[in-house]
Amino acid sequence: MAATGNPNPNKATADTASDPTIQQKSVSLWQDAMYRLSRNPVAMISLVILVIIILMAIIGPYMLPYNYYSNDLMNTNKAPSAEHWFGTDNLGRDMWVRTWMGARISLIVGFSAALIDLVIGIIYGAVMGYKGGRVDEVMNKISEILYSIPYLLIVILLLVVMEPGLPTIIFALAVTGWVTMSWIVRGEIMQLKNRDFILAARSMGASGSRQLFKHLLPNALGPIIVTVTLSVPSAIFSEAFLSFLGLGVQAPVSSLGSMINDALQGWNLYPWRMWFPAGLICLTMLAFNLLGDGLRDALDPKLRK
Amino acid sequence: MVRYIAGKFLFMLVSLFILVSLTFFLMKVIPGDPFMSERAVQPQIKARLMAQYGLDQPIPVQYVRYLGNVVQGDLGISMKYQNQDVTGRIAQTFKPSLQIGIFAIIISIIVGIVLGLIAALYHRKLIDHVAMTLAIIGIAVPSFVLATLIQYLFALKLGWFNVMGFSKPSDFVLPVAALAVQPIAFIARLTRSSMLEVLNSEYIKTAKAKGLNGFTIMTRHVVRNGILPVVTYVGPMTANVITGSVVIEQIFGIGGIGKVFVESITNRDYTMIMGVTIFYGVILMLARFITDILYVLIDPRIKLSGRKGA
Repeated sequence: MAATGNPNPNKATADTASDPTIQQKSVSLWQDAMYRLSRNPVAMISLVILVIIILMAIIGPYMLPYNYYSNDLMNTNKAPSAEHWFGTDNLGRDMWVRTWMGARISLIVGFSAALIDLVIGIIYGAVMGYKGGRVDEVMNKISEILYSIPYLLIVILLLVVMEPGLPTIIFALAVTGWVTMSWIVRGEIMQLKNRDFILAARSMGASGSRQLFKHLLPNALGPIIVTVTLSVPSAIFSEAFLSFLGLGVQAPVSSLGSMINDALQGWNLYPWRMWFPAGLICLTMLAFNLLGDGLRDALDPKLRK
Repeated sequence: MVRYIAGKFLFMLVSLFILVSLTFFLMKVIPGDPFMSERAVQPQIKARLMAQYGLDQPIPVQYVRYLGNVVQGDLGISMKYQNQDVTGRIAQTFKPSLQIGIFAIIISIIVGIVLGLIAALYHRKLIDHVAMTLAIIGIAVPSFVLATLIQYLFALKLGWFNVMGFSKPSDFVLPVAALAVQPIAFIARLTRSSMLEVLNSEYIKTAKAKGLNGFTIMTRHVVRNGILPVVTYVGPMTANVITGSVVIEQIFGIGGIGKVFVESITNRDYTMIMGVTIFYGVILMLARFITDILYVLIDPRIKLSGRKGA
């Protein structure tokens, strides 16, 4: 993709190496990946958009003198104006404030679920990949069975049973979401553990955990990062879906999904109540997906052509 | 190969057993009993009700009985509508959901593969970029947003279709389209990348060097090998379509099983929730099982080694 002008260390071949002035500095995998990413305009634009969305989710609700929960029944369903930049909803609550509060909730759910997936997935996957043999077989079967049970059904069941709210959603999504990550980690570690540098580490007496954290995981970081980037939007999507079913965060707290659900009633009359949260969620999902694709291209040397 | 299929079948049964047990015990965790909402029920009447539903038995007994009933296809009686049994309600409402679901899956597979194939053949040409841009947008837009969008545009503004309802054949178009877009996008991306890999492989060069015509190369070598990853997606796609249909039936006012599910969630109708969950689970696991069998039929390597991808 961004192959031109790439400071690939291999280009410093024998004849140039003899001349120290032309010789290039060696470039680490990460510098190389960052360089590739920075040359990918789609990924960079996505990154900028994500940063803006995150910043707005932090400061956006304080830009107007309203809060997300107070009703203003004199000003219901107002179209966007100078006072209410995104209009108001059926209870007169400011849509600008609510949209960014909703984005905040959605992002919190996405990042926390992805983080928990990451921790459980790495631990479980690392044990599977590193131990191998019987342990791997049993643990892998367990994860396969978990994976085969439709996760949204389990999430819905958990939400029906447990107290609805943000922690429950994050818990439910995390309980069911880590399997993919564990498989990625397992696959990477199984490939890496027979390599010479691990043999070297082992023969020098490195303990299992040292081998894992110092040698195996850093080398498996590329696919892990890509998986995290893609699991954030899928958690955001699941949360929106659940809020849409009325199982998400409870009023007056809003998430983008619950706002879209609220807007469904009478939205041909008040379309802005739909467009702003719906547009924002699409933009967020799009940016995460494109950034994930870009990271994959940048981090996976096999894809370079 | 028989062993492989038998193994997969056993695996499916184990997963189902776990799903059924999980739903059962989760529902038992909920405090209170289903007759709490009926105020001022005399203790004797309540005791009789409990006995009628078998809720006076210890939980292990209830569990074994429930398992036995589920195996016989009896999912119990709705807790909200006392005269309705869950299996009957599912049977009544199943048809429209099945129809839009199957349509959506068939359309996704055909359109997705064709789109991915075209993108791969015209790699890095304009048509490839257009197809992949559409695909990434299709992945990023949640199905319920898409559904409301096309409802607004094609039904409300342009008036081409009914906004709601499910009586005419044209009523199929919007729900099926809303359901199919995301799977189409996934399949197109999968097909494209796997076709690209195949097109660059040595055996395609060999086939070309032998002087095989383009059509034979495509059908016998490229498509057959490139389609494998798409087959693995059939299971997740079914899941996608089912969860999608839950919302889409709500938006388009289709009285299918998804609507029953949402209703039972809002009503906290626990037996109904359990019943529909198990029903969905059975369908999904059947879809996975069929995928596994398809995989053997397409990929001859499994027949020999008995393991996927080995």
